[in-house]
Amino acid sequence: MPDEVKKPEGDKGPCVECSRRKFAKIGMGSVAAIGAGASVFGYQFLSPNVLYEPSPIVDAGKPDRYPPDSVTADTQNGIYIVHGAQGIYALSAVCTHLGCLTAWKPELGIIACPCHGSKFHVDGIKFAGPAPRPLPWLKTWVDDDGNVLIDRSEPLTREQFVRI
Amino acid sequence: MANLLEELAALRNTRVWRSVFRGGSGESNLRRSLAVQQNVFLHLASVKIRRRALDFSVTWYLGTLSLGCFLILTVTGILLMLYYHPSAPQAYADMKDLQFVVSAGVFLRNLHRWSAHAMVLLVFAHMFKVFYRGAYRPPREFNWVIGVVLLMVTLFLSYTGYLLPWDQLAFWAITVGSNILAAVPVLGAKIRFLILGGHTVNANALLRFYVLHCVILPLIAVLFLGIHFWRIRKDGGLHTGEKTDE
Repeated sequence: MPDEVKKPEGDKGPCVECSRRKFAKIGMGSVAAIGAGASVFGYQFLSPNVLYEPSPIVDAGKPDRYPPDSVTADTQNGIYIVHGAQGIYALSAVCTHLGCLTAWKPELGIIACPCHGSKFHVDGIKFAGPAPRPLPWLKTWVDDDGNVLIDRSEPLTREQFVRI
Repeated sequence: MANLLEELAALRNTRVWRSVFRGGSGESNLRRSLAVQQNVFLHLASVKIRRRALDFSVTWYLGTLSLGCFLILTVTGILLMLYYHPSAPQAYADMKDLQFVVSAGVFLRNLHRWSAHAMVLLVFAHMFKVFYRGAYRPPREFNWVIGVVLLMVTLFLSYTGYLLPWDQLAFWAITVGSNILAAVPVLGAKIRFLILGGHTVNANALLRFYVLHCVILPLIAVLFLGIHFWRIRKDGGLHTGEKTDE
């Protein structure tokens, strides 16, 4: 401190330099710091570090379970396994509108969402309803044991088939 | 009979009565005002109101009816909590037990459900009534803002309660609702993750919605209800539309 603050005459208070302004500054600063710390702490606390959710990779069994020209709905895992003319591929069964589980309608040959009426072809392309995107294609491959594996966390950007 | 009433009236002058009710009531207007002012529950309300403010046509009693619903929901909700475990899949079984096994369970559950629907309806009606009567205008404009907060709390209470039966309707309603939340720009997916405590509607989501529904949101509601009622008095009583009101 370059300048010494003169004690006002007659003031015998213990803290002359502590003006109200300074007190308010320190106080507001402390509140802001505690607020910021609490936000970080709260955010960390509310984000679970361990999730007991099922693995995104689904073991769909041997490929011969899926005969040619068939659509198999796996409602438990929310996927379709389609065996088309070019091979086997997997589609997400979760509607791209608001996340409802769509249903395969074998009598119509389409996929339909019960919530808001979106309809899809078996290649995932939407032809009716509010869904903003086609049903995503999911990464599909055959492992060393000959089982079809599907990764639900990895939507493909282009069509990809597994040929047996 | 008259004797008994006199004896009861004499109770007011006892030391015990005075220790409980402080000022107490009496013959003068001052004593009557003090009886209201110095009571923790009554002091939110005005000491005096205009006669017209009690007319049905002024408010249709919509605010009071909303409060009535809130009180019914609090009582029935606390009772339902005694038989409900917020865990998957136990929650669904508990809900079914409440319907078919617990004595008066179905009555309490339905009372809670219908009061919840009625409260949403009444709160909306209350706001329309306030709006079309112009009761939101100064000096009551801030109480309108508090009312909007209370509307939001009511809707969040309704939404969080929707998941608790843990049936198909609950699951898909919250799936759809949380995906609408995820449409918030930039932060959407993160907010959804924090609200659900995961990527899908699961046991974490059920527990979080339970705590929100039974603890956090009711506390916020009570806080803002207190301010709301106190502001009615502070802002000059109910808007009656009379000239003297301006």
